[in-house]
Amino acid sequence: MIEFQYARATDVADAVRQIAGNPSAKFVAGGTNLIDLMKMEVERPTKVIDITRLPLKQVEDTSDGGLRIGALVRNSDLAYHAPIEQRYPVLASAIMAGASQQLRNMATTGGNLLQRTRCHYFYDTSTPCNKRAPGSGCSAIDGHNRMHAILGTSDACIAVHPSDMCVALAMLEAKVHVTGASGDRSIAFADFHRLPGDTPQRDTNLDAGEVITAVELPPKGFARNYSYLKVRDRLSYAFALVSVAVGLELDGDTIKEGRFALGGVAHKPWRDPRAEAALQGQPANTATFARAADVLLREARGYEHNTFKIDLARRCVVRALTQAARGTPQSQSSKKIA
Amino acid sequence: MADSRADPSFHSPNDPTRRANGSAGAEISVSLKVNGTLHALTLDPRTTILDLVREHLDLTGTKKGCDQGQCGACTVLIDGRRVNSCLTFAVMYEGAEITTIEGLAINGALHPLQQAFIDHDAFQCGYCTPGQICSAAGLIAEGRSKTAEEIRELMSGNICRCGAYTNIIAAIQQAMGRS
Repeated sequence: MIEFQYARATDVADAVRQIAGNPSAKFVAGGTNLIDLMKMEVERPTKVIDITRLPLKQVEDTSDGGLRIGALVRNSDLAYHAPIEQRYPVLASAIMAGASQQLRNMATTGGNLLQRTRCHYFYDTSTPCNKRAPGSGCSAIDGHNRMHAILGTSDACIAVHPSDMCVALAMLEAKVHVTGASGDRSIAFADFHRLPGDTPQRDTNLDAGEVITAVELPPKGFARNYSYLKVRDRLSYAFALVSVAVGLELDGDTIKEGRFALGGVAHKPWRDPRAEAALQGQPANTATFARAADVLLREARGYEHNTFKIDLARRCVVRALTQAARGTPQSQSSKKIA
Repeated sequence: MADSRADPSFHSPNDPTRRANGSAGAEISVSLKVNGTLHALTLDPRTTILDLVREHLDLTGTKKGCDQGQCGACTVLIDGRRVNSCLTFAVMYEGAEITTIEGLAINGALHPLQQAFIDHDAFQCGYCTPGQICSAAGLIAEGRSKTAEEIRELMSGNICRCGAYTNIIAAIQQAMGRS
């Protein structure tokens, strides 16, 4: 790890002031990903600004019936927060599907959004990687790409976003509130993370010098019919091969509204309005779910070691939609997939 | 420079390629409690709580396994919550109360979890054990698991290469029964 200057920020304005004009400065909160990356010298900030003292630790009701989650709310606290468990159980479930309790006790809401890919080549500074060293090439495209993306890839990068929580936030259509030198703005969740294109070094549309202050959930939580299904190489404490967050609004057996987002398949949580349109007004049965999955995966492309993900994703979508329709969401303790 | 002693995660402070520009690397004063004792320290900001307890305070019960948050051997309690101490900058924890495996026994009486691990032979090589026990102490405090299945899931951040998991779960269940 290279040496760095350590500084503490007292409030949001102070944090923004301290990072302004310093492209080699980083904010640190939970530190669970940044410190790891600094040890590997993938991240080499010369200044680290500790934002853990900022007053962003509350979960509050919004005037429209949603919830506003402070950026510093820890992942475990959020998953166990009663209004989240009751009104947004898909979010609680997704959080509990990720990492370990030790990491969830440290990791923050804002930091979860900003974690970097776990692509092995991104971490291995002896190999080319366009995300870590733009222009150096992508080692994964012709390398060990079992964990990599099947949707939204580019010739420059096939990395996936590693978060579980973000998959649920994408499905719930959360908003990300940020503050920068030029003021406050909010970003729709679908617009927060980017596809790699020819600038894979940019994971998000957060501008330099901006800090995430909150994540806002709209009122609709799909608490009755939801599921978060995650398939991985071991039963827990592993990144997803494929994960699916589902929310259904049913009128009898007919789908009034259906949403699903996938993790482990793209550079961002993956949603497809065309696939969701294939659910609307249709009977909640396997044939409908399979059609929607096919629409979503129409443009999927596998690489040497991850073509299996296309079929796996299709099955996960059908299974998670089935679980949601039955009102029997996937348990994150019992690993049996019903 | 901070005291980096035997810690292999520190590179030579004289290696110019690892030096940041300007005023980077200035040491920082921090006061925190470890196992009930207040320590006022001046640290290189790169110092993790894992390195702090092992290399500065000679509390070597907490183990450095992967040093990347993947194995759980370094688990300690910070303000009562279990965390991976390898992924913490100690200077961020001004005023915190840290409990390591050395702080669990009281006046020589083993913590119920320590006794339960002995009763159930819940280890072989023992390297992961301090982390397992601190993690289990956090798990019990959280009060979120009742069944063996739930304990297994919420202990999944602690890897045991010897595979003593069955006995670890039995030991935790015993300690939960008593707490």
